[in-house]
Amino acid sequence: MASTTPPLPVDLRDLRLETACALAGQAGSAIPPPGMAPAPFLQGLIDRLCDLSLKDPLTGLANRRHFQAVLDAEIDRVARSGEAALLLMLDIDHFKQVNDTHGHVAGDRVLQSVARTLAQCVRPMDTLARYGGEEFAIIMPACQAAFGKTVAERIRRAVAEAPVQIAPGTWLEVSISIGGAYAMQWIRSSPVLWTDRADHQLYLAKAAGRNRVCIEPQPDSTVSAEEKGMLFEPLYTPSDWGALGAMNHSGNAP
Amino acid sequence: MSPASPSSIPSPTVAPAGAPKGARIIAITSGKGGVGKTFVSANLAAALTRRGLRVLVLDADLGLANLDVVLNLYPKTTLHDVFTGKSALDEAVIEAPGGFSVLLAGSGMVEYSRLTPEVRTQFLNVIQTLAPRFDVILLDTGAGISDVVLFSVSLASEVIIVATPEPTSLTDAYAAIKVLATQQKRQHLRLVVNQAARAGDGRAITSQLQQVLNRFVTTDSGRPVRLLHLGDIPADNAVREAVMRRQLLLQGAPGSPASLAVAQLANKIQATLLS
Repeated sequence: MASTTPPLPVDLRDLRLETACALAGQAGSAIPPPGMAPAPFLQGLIDRLCDLSLKDPLTGLANRRHFQAVLDAEIDRVARSGEAALLLMLDIDHFKQVNDTHGHVAGDRVLQSVARTLAQCVRPMDTLARYGGEEFAIIMPACQAAFGKTVAERIRRAVAEAPVQIAPGTWLEVSISIGGAYAMQWIRSSPVLWTDRADHQLYLAKAAGRNRVCIEPQPDSTVSAEEKGMLFEPLYTPSDWGALGAMNHSGNAP
Repeated sequence: MSPASPSSIPSPTVAPAGAPKGARIIAITSGKGGVGKTFVSANLAAALTRRGLRVLVLDADLGLANLDVVLNLYPKTTLHDVFTGKSALDEAVIEAPGGFSVLLAGSGMVEYSRLTPEVRTQFLNVIQTLAPRFDVILLDTGAGISDVVLFSVSLASEVIIVATPEPTSLTDAYAAIKVLATQQKRQHLRLVVNQAARAGDGRAITSQLQQVLNRFVTTDSGRPVRLLHLGDIPADNAVREAVMRRQLLLQGAPGSPASLAVAQLANKIQATLLS
């Protein structure tokens, strides 16, 4: 029904677009040129506004809203696919002292600089977000348990090795603490629970002295080929599938 | 036997659940769905009831339960109404055909299949309130190892895994045992082999699983988790017929081999877990 209706002509002069254009302009993105046809013009404007509503203005990273949406989607994906996914919560160590000692402008510089360093550490498929204050979060789909710690450790080191220039001639050493938790495979968890678990690890990293990584040991529910081989070795061969089991696995006996 | 420690996952924040006072809480779970978990729960409950015990079966498969289907019950009040504050807990505990009590989740529980801290607290409250009124609470959990399953299993002092002799069922049972051993630090778990083709299958399967566990799963104590063979239920057409009639096997075919096996299971549970 809707598809057969011809599109309604829109005259841009009937719309009040000043605020929207100003917002898009403020965000540093070019406003679509005014001579454009209405449809591409509006599409361009909407795209810029979406961008604006999903990004953190200070750091340019995904904002909390975007993060929550990706986290929801990732939980559904993991529950369906059984793939591993890692959530990292990162917090700049002693950030309040930076603000108190060097002022909020310096604090903002630190946030921006750490955000840039983090952005260089993640894959395109990862979602890096400013979670709030001096806290960041990274959702890493398809991150195997064996590599999580290495990845987080690399991120921690990258930040520790990149001093921040907060004023001409003034550099500040910055470190972060990282807590991580895997989504449970084949399991539907909740965003709150997953974030809680990663947050708890972050707390442990902080309590253990900061500038370190704590990742929740992953419940290992995968059954390896070796385990399966041993499960179906012909030690036990019930009548109904024994012959087949013995045939397939007779070569695997240790 | 000491109650197992509550899991660190899924719930690092929840207060240690421990075993509430009163009833012995036994979780009945499986790695894979469709192995007869609910059938075992319901018939075991009936068999234990005949031994003079006060038994409650709690449908802990929030949102995806079929205890109502197995028992042919259409309760007006369910756990869902209790959680939403619509009904008192007492109204939701109803009597099942075998003389035991059941508390059904209700289809509205789908929204609770995501385990939030509130659901956890409410679930704990329900169990703590009911525990003093019964001798045994059987938790009929969901299949697999979702956080709801892990949570409800963490409330139980004993865990019975139901598996059939099929390779897929055994693999999934093995995965579940592994997670429960490492995550909930369980020292032992019990296995019931359903649809066993012949006598001795269950014992053989148990020792086969035990060998793999010995090799691949180490608990915090350094000792491998012990898998105890609780019993077998033989493959028996009477089971299928009873399920199709939506009747308890113990009532529909009391003399059938499967029915006698369930009675034996009940004897063993009474002797080893409830004395």
